Amino acid sequence: MLLDLRLPLGLLFVAIGVLVTAEGLIAGPAAVAAGLPIDLIWGLGMAAFGAAAVALALVARRTLR
Amino acid sequence: MGAVDWLIIGLYLAFVLAIGVIAARRSASGADFFLAGRSIPAWVAGLAFISANLGATEVIGMGASGAKYGIATAHFYWIGAIPAMVFIGVFMMPFYYGSKARSVPEYLRMRFDEKTRALNAITFAIITVISSGVSMYALAKLIQALHVFDAPFAAVGLPTAWIFHASVLASAAVVLAYIYMGGLRGAIYNEVLQFFLIVAGFAPLVWIGLRIVGGWHGLATSLGPSYVHAWAGMGSPSTNRLGVGVFGLVMGLGFVLSFGYWCTDFLVVQRAMAADSMAAARRTPLIAAGVKTFVPFLVILPGLIAMALTAAPAVTPPTAGAAHQTAAVIPLKLDSTTGKPMLNASGKPELDYDLATPNLLLRDLPTGLLGVGLTALLASFMSGMAGNVTAFNTVFTYDIYQAYIRRRAEDRHYLHVGRLMTAVGVVASIAAAYLAAQFNNIMDLIQLLFAFVNAPVFATFLLGMFWKRATGHGAFTGLVAGTLAAALHHGLTLPAGEAAGVKGGWISLVHAYPSEMAQNFWTAIWAWSVCFAVTIAVSLATRPRPQDELAGLVYSLTPRVEDAAARWWTRPVTLGVVVLAVTLALNIIFR
Repeated sequence: MLLDLRLPLGLLFVAIGVLVTAEGLIAGPAAVAAGLPIDLIWGLGMAAFGAAAVALALVARRTLR
Repeated sequence: MGAVDWLIIGLYLAFVLAIGVIAARRSASGADFFLAGRSIPAWVAGLAFISANLGATEVIGMGASGAKYGIATAHFYWIGAIPAMVFIGVFMMPFYYGSKARSVPEYLRMRFDEKTRALNAITFAIITVISSGVSMYALAKLIQALHVFDAPFAAVGLPTAWIFHASVLASAAVVLAYIYMGGLRGAIYNEVLQFFLIVAGFAPLVWIGLRIVGGWHGLATSLGPSYVHAWAGMGSPSTNRLGVGVFGLVMGLGFVLSFGYWCTDFLVVQRAMAADSMAAARRTPLIAAGVKTFVPFLVILPGLIAMALTAAPAVTPPTAGAAHQTAAVIPLKLDSTTGKPMLNASGKPELDYDLATPNLLLRDLPTGLLGVGLTALLASFMSGMAGNVTAFNTVFTYDIYQAYIRRRAEDRHYLHVGRLMTAVGVVASIAAAYLAAQFNNIMDLIQLLFAFVNAPVFATFLLGMFWKRATGHGAFTGLVAGTLAAALHHGLTLPAGEAAGVKGGWISLVHAYPSEMAQNFWTAIWAWSVCFAVTIAVSLATRPRPQDELAGLVYSLTPRVEDAAARWWTRPVTLGVVVLAVTLALNIIFR
């Protein structure tokens, strides 16, 4: 495959996850939905997923070398 | 919408275009541009397989159907998709992939003859352009409904009606850019990205929505049992929300329409044909089926939640976001000329179900997550459009241009034609978007198109792959007869309460169905049955091809694909059985 898709996918999720988390921290109560600090929870989840995807892509690249 | 929402959408668009640029580095030949060099791993092809279908019809249409019909809409997945996806993975992919055909119409030429290929290629090209237009229409309608461009347009003195036009052109430009550069590879890479974004955008919406309405129990309480049971009242068309009986559902949707789409539509089959091996090609639809089993919870549940909040608008979300409203989530459908609410056959105001999911997003997601949700919607529209455009450029270039206009040119020439056809397909899709604006429910339009075109095609493939006696004359005559039967049935029947015209009854009224969906399913059943019978009759009356020419194209004349080398849990049959078992369990749980 030309490109390990986990790399751009992971980078995008990290970037979006950081933005949503930051919004959750800054907005405070305005970023709460149905009693949940949803921006904070989901932003961190997206960032963690993205970081895992990037890590897997980098490990695979190192193994190939 | 806040600045962070715009930033998230901008990031997504930048990544989409960047992936197009990267994919362009390996699009120097026709095989690269049209087939992604047959180099895509199974998991990527599998997610692209499902994402190419996860366009407007899924996100807006299934949300709308969820609000209108309830959880019974899941039949479009558990009955109307999964069995067919398992069937193509286990039985049909060896013929598509093993024959080295570059497209589904090309397989028909190899198995039958040139005229059968031409008929399929031309009808397919038309249907892909219309489907792509429907995606564009849905996107433009959504952006209009969000009112995010009202102020900028007013500032420069443009009427707000132009927002629709600007949205259509902008979405078309992005899709055109990344497919023009990266071809099928660019589309597939982006479809995977789009799939994950769709999950990331809709999962929190469902989570929050269920908390607001009091979970599944709250949904059942506010909407009633007919909304939360998939099989309740299916014994008769008059006792369920779909207006369809068990036979119509299983035969029309579960067999004819479903197998006609998932097993023969080049839009999805093209993703599997781009896989890097026969084993990967067979696993592609099975991986997609495993994921597809759970997609109803992402796209249908928002519709039910929106309906629950519309039935009880006093339920307000415990949030503090500025965009949140307490009004009903699903608005009344307004007549575009008079501005007054439209009434149904019984004189009650109609709801604009297509706005169920977008309005729920706006209502319940706070800034930040709203950007993710809107990006998910954008992603779904673009993946749907891109899937259609890549299938269109391939079929037009190989099955129409190379077959009938210029047969023996250099590969580079066909590459240029493919890029040109990408632009032509996008422009034709824009025209189709304005056509789609004339219809009430997007799903009804799509089902009607499938009933006319896809339903007879599956009979042709079934006989072509599993009956060596089927001939080219039989296949062609059967296809024409099946399509005519669909048109005749549509012209003689009408859904209850509808006026004769585009909804049917344009010849005479012989029978009235309880719902438009029932009419569509039965149109498909008639089309398939007539095609099947006529193909057999004409084949028996015409001379068959020599058997040695059919090796690799017909089941009984093709050596079985050996799975013994693969670990047992990765074999197609094992994967298929697991997916079917999970689907059965879900049907029992939501019966």
